[in-house]
This record gives sequence, structure tokens and C-alpha cells, in this order.
Amino acid sequence: MSLFWLFLIILAIALVGYVLGRARALSSAGGERSALHSLPSYYGANVAMKAAVPAFLLLVIWLLAQPFYVNSEVSGLIPDTEIAEGSSRDLVLAEVRRAARGLENAVRSGAMTEEFASNARADISDVTTRLKEAGQIVTSEISQPILIAAQRYRSLSSIGNFYMSIAVILIAIGGALWGLRETKAEFRARNTVELGMRAILVGAASIAILTTIGIVLSLVFNTAEFFRIYPASDFFFGLTWAPSFSGRGGTSELGIIPLLWGTFYISFVALAVAVPIGLFAAIYLAEYASSRVRSTAKPLLEILAGIPTIVYGLFALLTVGPLLVSVFGDNGIGIMKAGTSVMTAGLVMGVMLIPFVSSLSDDIINAVPQAMRDGSYGLGATKSETVKQVILPAALPGIVGAVLLAASRAIGETMIVVLGAGAAARLSLNPFEAMTTVTAKIVSQLTGDADFASPVALVAFALGMTLFVVTLGLNIVALYIVRKYREQYD
Amino acid sequence: MSDTTITPDTPAAPSSPKREFRSLYAIDDLTRKRNAAERRFKAYGIGAILIGLFFLAVLAYSIIKEGIPAFTRTIVEVEFALTQEQFDAAEKELFKTKAYENFFIGALKTQLDESGMDVPFDEAAIERLVGKTGGTIREFFKSNPDQLGKPVEFELAASSRVDGYRNGRVTRETITDSRFLQKSDLDIVDALVEAEVIKTVFNWNFITGADSGVDNPGGAGIGASVVGSFFMMLVVLALSLPIGVAASIYLEEFAPQNRFTDLIEVNISNLAAVPSIVFGILGLAVFIQFMHLPQSAPLVGGLVLTLMTLPTIIISTRASLKAVPPSIRDAALGIGASKMQATFHHVLPLAMPGILTGTILGLAQALGETAPLLLIGMVGFVARGYPDGFIAGFTEPNSAMPAQIYTWAARADFAFYEKAWGGIIVLLVFLLTMNIIAIILRRRFERRW
Repeated sequence: MSLFWLFLIILAIALVGYVLGRARALSSAGGERSALHSLPSYYGANVAMKAAVPAFLLLVIWLLAQPFYVNSEVSGLIPDTEIAEGSSRDLVLAEVRRAARGLENAVRSGAMTEEFASNARADISDVTTRLKEAGQIVTSEISQPILIAAQRYRSLSSIGNFYMSIAVILIAIGGALWGLRETKAEFRARNTVELGMRAILVGAASIAILTTIGIVLSLVFNTAEFFRIYPASDFFFGLTWAPSFSGRGGTSELGIIPLLWGTFYISFVALAVAVPIGLFAAIYLAEYASSRVRSTAKPLLEILAGIPTIVYGLFALLTVGPLLVSVFGDNGIGIMKAGTSVMTAGLVMGVMLIPFVSSLSDDIINAVPQAMRDGSYGLGATKSETVKQVILPAALPGIVGAVLLAASRAIGETMIVVLGAGAAARLSLNPFEAMTTVTAKIVSQLTGDADFASPVALVAFALGMTLFVVTLGLNIVALYIVRKYREQYD
Repeated sequence: MSDTTITPDTPAAPSSPKREFRSLYAIDDLTRKRNAAERRFKAYGIGAILIGLFFLAVLAYSIIKEGIPAFTRTIVEVEFALTQEQFDAAEKELFKTKAYENFFIGALKTQLDESGMDVPFDEAAIERLVGKTGGTIREFFKSNPDQLGKPVEFELAASSRVDGYRNGRVTRETITDSRFLQKSDLDIVDALVEAEVIKTVFNWNFITGADSGVDNPGGAGIGASVVGSFFMMLVVLALSLPIGVAASIYLEEFAPQNRFTDLIEVNISNLAAVPSIVFGILGLAVFIQFMHLPQSAPLVGGLVLTLMTLPTIIISTRASLKAVPPSIRDAALGIGASKMQATFHHVLPLAMPGILTGTILGLAQALGETAPLLLIGMVGFVARGYPDGFIAGFTEPNSAMPAQIYTWAARADFAFYEKAWGGIIVLLVFLLTMNIIAIILRRRFERRW
């Protein structure tokens, strides 16, 4: 039975429960609505809730737990001899899962009979060719243990799914009966339902915590795994980044310093573009512009923030890069070799950050009390003198916070650097040379063909961890500064 | 000596300032300097805004200029009749498609002679312009034998270089003679355009088609990945709207002031600033490594984007809940509603327009997000077709618009760049539509209290 149908059945049970609960409540009060403690629909909702919520919870837990059980069962069937040199048990298990899925699809499409698919003594080459004919991707010839494991996997999964359906439906019916038993005129149905709803609301709000925990756990476990096979000191202090995909990682040099250098260099260029432009734009919009100019220029600038980063990436790669080459390249000044460089990515990222800096600074400048301006004007200062000597010093903490937020955005930006900065990790001062960043390397390490358990893939998690810690630190400091500043004038 | 002792006829010592009596209306040097500084400062501000708008204009210009050609394609339209005898003769040949090609070139020649064209051309040139045509023609007549003997209008796709020449991507100056295209071929193209044999038509395939693989830029379309994005957005909408609204209602209406609430608040504001690629790592580790959900499926993409947009949606939803005045709640509570009833029956409906606006903007942000999708396997996957069913739309590997654009931009063939720009236009049209809907919703339903 597919999940979809199971889902519908639970919903149907809940719906029937609702109708029955409502009717039962009304009849228990002798059709007198005013004799009920709650509105009739609450009695129905109580039954529906008790039918659906435990059933769905069980369903989710079962779905998460079953693969572990099946994997550990199947894993025992694979002899150590089956695990090839340079491979791992996980990879063989993945192969088993693929084969099992292939068998499943082949049976469903009618290319194989059920008996053939579960026949343990079936001829291997025959199975392989039949799978291929059925359009299933079989990476290598399936060996006998893998086939047996795959068949076991299939049968365990289908048995598991069968029991799951039964258990979930029983729980749903049981819950509905429990709810119906409670249903009497004096039962405080509304309070019960509202308690349940409140639990759901708390659960929804906790997803934010769960997400953070998920991020931290997925980074920490894989990073720990990486540091087990690669020394942490080489990672944090290594000056070369030279992953070797073929050599099982043994010869890879995975030092993060060149990547951090590229990241900070590009972010610096981006901020050097975005901060002056954004700040001056904010000052003009807040202090000088008429309301008509403000109401057109501000949304127009903010369009820049709404454009997806892939668009900026393409803009860097195909427009800005060639443009810079034509000026600084071999036909021009001759210090730029290719279109991808720190300057290309930095400039485009700076454009992206202009509205980010300008609207944050705009808010902050507007929050400076009018009395301070008036005092300054009263002393005979011009507008620009007021801005420079009164408003900016007063708004400085907030503006620093805004710049830090922009910096965190720049460090975490991915698509612009993937397309615009190049792929070579180097430590150089020339901004017209290609360099690469932490984010760009996360993408390239995890989208390559590298084996997932090898250091060249796992290093991406260590990079992600570094990125997460750096941006989180920047954000916390920035938010702290901004909040402190707001309190000052509130 | 002091100033008071100076008489008008004794010249002042050079060190002592001489006070000039001038009208208040005359501007002195210092004022002039200060005014100049004022003007300069104002000019910097205007300059900054103009630079920002200039970048916006350049961006818009290059998107439109480079992207529009992706929506057109160049075809060679030839009227061509094949008789039964010719068909039989060709089928007997050893190189069957070659025979068809000869017939085709003959037909093209007569058509051109009739229109009075005098540029010489040979078979090789025709092949460079439209590729190997024999196969297409044979295919057609084999499946439609009743068309034999009648004139049939063939629309053959011109090669991507001819396409480039028509779009200005390839010019006479930049072209080098190769087996793909030679300078002399451009004369033929010009003549054929003159004779209205080569035409530029709207490329429906780009909007409705699927990706074509590395070697065929002309046939690449964005349709399949639009569908992928659509299914992803369904997942995001179905999850982030209820979860986001529930979380915001809890935090805004029910949450007591305690450590747990603080923890949630801190988490939400930090998650809003976590780089999107970190969400991609989360998706890879949790949904694919741990839960074994299918790679590059819209379902997984939707889940990752949901987690990514939830903080944004929660923040905007809380703002619109906060905008509902407390008197509404008090009135509801006063006539005996429970807190839950007051919230769900009165506050939530009033906040709904604002919530929907925020959700649409969150969806728009999710629609354009690329980096997390790359990590869950949506790069390098060639979306060759549409999913075959509603459920399959969620679980079968597919691409999404931004991932498709990235895939095209990463390919070596320059002709794909045009497709990438075209894809961006399609993506931006969707984003613009969503934003306009959000603005209209806000204008139409927003209430000021």
C-alpha cells in the first residue's frame, strides 16, 4: 500500500470520527445544544485529532526507523570479501538499495515476475540483463551476495511497510474510539482541542530549533569524520589547497588558508564597492531627497536586492568578466588573464549588496532623533556638516552593524563566486587573478564524483562548519550592536 | 600695538587682520567653501544613487539583449516534393539519407533559381547551414507515405552558428573558416534570407521543451525545469505557510516570556542570516544521506527551501499579526471567546492579506535560490523530459529553473550562454509576476488601523 493511500485512509478515519463525534455529542445532550459544554464541532474535532495525530506521529517515526533496521539486517548478509578494495560497506549497501529498487520497478512494470525477482537462486547475468531491459540502471554486474541482499532488502521493506500500514490504521481507529468514548455532554471538548492545537503551535515554532540542531549535527558529525582521516592542524593552517580526487585523498593537501584569503579578499572588494555607494545613497535618500525622489529611487535600488544571485553570477561571468579583460587584459594593461577574478566577483557582489547597505543605513539614519538635527542647524551648521558631525557619529554603531551584516552576506554568497571568481585556490595580492572561496569549494567538492567517505568530499563539511561559525559570529555581533543602538534612542 | 591705534592712513602691519566691512549679502570665502562642500556632498549622494541605478540599467540591458535571441530560432523553409519513383530509388541506394539529401538540395536549387538568386553553393555548404537533412526527410516520408508526390513544406532548424549570425553573436569579422561555417556561407545565408527561405520564428520549444544534453544547444528548453520549480514551490507553499503561520501565532499570541521562547527567537533571527549553501549541506546530510530520499527530486529541494524561507515568512507573518490592534482581541475575549478562538476567528483573518503577501515574497526568494539545489544533486542532471504524473513530479529527479540556468552557464558550448540568459528572462518574469501579485494584494486588502 503506498504512503499516499495510507495518508488518505487516516484522513478518512479522522473525518468519519469527526462526524460521529459531533453526532454523539449532540445525541448525548438529547439534541439540546445548550446542554453541551463546548460547541458540537469541538467534540468532532477532538475525535478527529485523537485519530489523526498519533497515527501520523507513528507513521513518521516508523518511516525514519525502518531503514535503519533494514540496513543493519541486510548489512549482515554481505560478506567482507564483497567489499572491494577502496570501497566501503556503505557503498555496497547503496548498490544493494539500487538493485532492490531496480527489482521493485521491474516487477511493477511487468518486466519480471514476482517469483523471478525473489528467487534466490536466479541466474545473476539473467537478472542483470532483465533489469537493463526494464530500463533500470545497474551500475555493475550484480554479484550473488548483492542480489541476495537486495532480495532480502525488498522482502524486509515490504513486510515492514505492511506492518506499518496495519499499525498506523489500528492506532487511528483506536484513537477515534478513545475520542468517541470520551464524548459526553459534560466533556470539556474545547479545552482538550485547544490544548492539542497549542501543542501543534509549539511544535511548529520548535522547527526553528530543530533546523539549527539539524545544521549543527550534520556539520559536526561529518566534520569529525573528516578530522579523523585528515589532521585538523593541516586543515586550518595549510597554505595549499590541492585535492586529489584519484589518489583516495592520501596525497590531497586541504589547507583552508587560500580559500579564506579568497573569501575575505572578494568580500573586501565587494564591501569597498557597496559601503560608500550604499552609505551615500542612504544619506541622500534620508536627508536630501524629496519624497517623490525617495519613493521612486528607493524601490528601484531595492530591485537589485530582489534579483536572484544566479543572475548576478551570470552577469559576472558573461558581462563584467569580458569587460574587465578588455580593459585590464593582454590587449589593455595586461594584468588580467581570464574573465574570472577577484575583481569580477567582488564588483558584482558589491552591486548586489548596495541596496542591503543602503536600506539598513537608511533605517538607522532615520532613527536618529530630529532634535539632534535641529540643534545642529540652530548652531548654523549646513546640512552636510550636520550629517558628517552629528548624524553619522550618532548612527555609527548601527552603520557598523549594517556593514557587518553585509560582510556576512558577502562571505556566505555562493553563486556569484562559483561563476565569477574562478576555481584556482591561490594566495595572491593581484585582484585581477582568479581565486576561489570557501563556498565555491563546498559546491565543487560536493557536486563532483568523489566518493562520499573520502576526505576530498568530507572536507566540504569542515568548510561549511567554518563558514557557519564565521557568519554566525558576525551576525550575532552585528545584531547585538544594532539592538544596543536602537535602545539608545528608543 | 593694538588695533584700536591704527589710523586709516597708517598702513596696517601685514600680520594683523584688516576687518573689511561688507554687506551680509556678499558671500565670504569661508561661506563659499562651506557651500561648495555642501554641494559636493549632495552630488556624492546623487552620484551614489545614479551609480546604483546605472548598474540596474546595465543589468537589465544585458539580460534583455543577450536573452531575447533564446526565444527565436532560425529555420530554413523549403518546399519540397518527392515522387514515389524518387522514394523507391532512394530506398535502393546504399547511402539512403545521402540520396534524400541530394533530392533536397536539387529542390532547394530550383527554388532559389526561380527566385533569381545567383550565389553559388554546394552540398557541403548546405550541410553546414542546416546539418544533415537526409535523415529528417526520410523519416518524414517513411511515416507519411501518403504525402509522396505532393509538395511538402519543410521547416529545418538552421545550425547554431547560422542562428548566431542572425542574432549577431557571430559576425563576419569574428568568424574563422571551419568545418562548421565558412565566410562564404554567410553570403548564401544573406541570399537565402533575401529569398525568405531562412526565417526567424518564435522558439516555442525553448519555453515548453526539456533540456537537450551537451551537444545540442538549439533544442534546449526550460519547460521541464519550470515544472520542477513548480512542484518545488508546491512543497514550499504546503509546508511553509501552515508551519510559518502556526509558529508566528504561537510566538506572537501565546508564548510566555521564558528561556524557551527566547531560544526560539534567537534561532529564528540567526537562521534568517545563515548562508543558503549551509541549508544545502543540511539537505544533503539529513534528507539524502540520512533519510535516503531520492537525489535531485523536487520534494527534497522543496524541503530544503522550506527550511530556508521559514524564518523570512515567520518574521513577516509576525509583523502582520502585530499590526492587528489589541482592541480586536479584547472585543473577542470580552464576549466570551477563548484565546484560541479570538486568534483564529478574528486576528488571523484580519492579518491574512499581510501573511499572504509575505508568503508570496518568501516563495519568490525561494524560487530564485540556486546554491542549496546544487548540493542536493540538481546540477549536472539533464532534465530530458516531463515527470509522468503528479506523484512522480515530486519524487522523480528533475531540474529547477535556477539550477538549469547554472547548468547551461557551466557548459562549454557558447551557444548555451544564450539559453542561460533566456532562462533568466523566464525566471524573472515569474518573479515579477509574484511580486506584482504581492503588491496588488497589499494595496487591495491592507488595512490601516
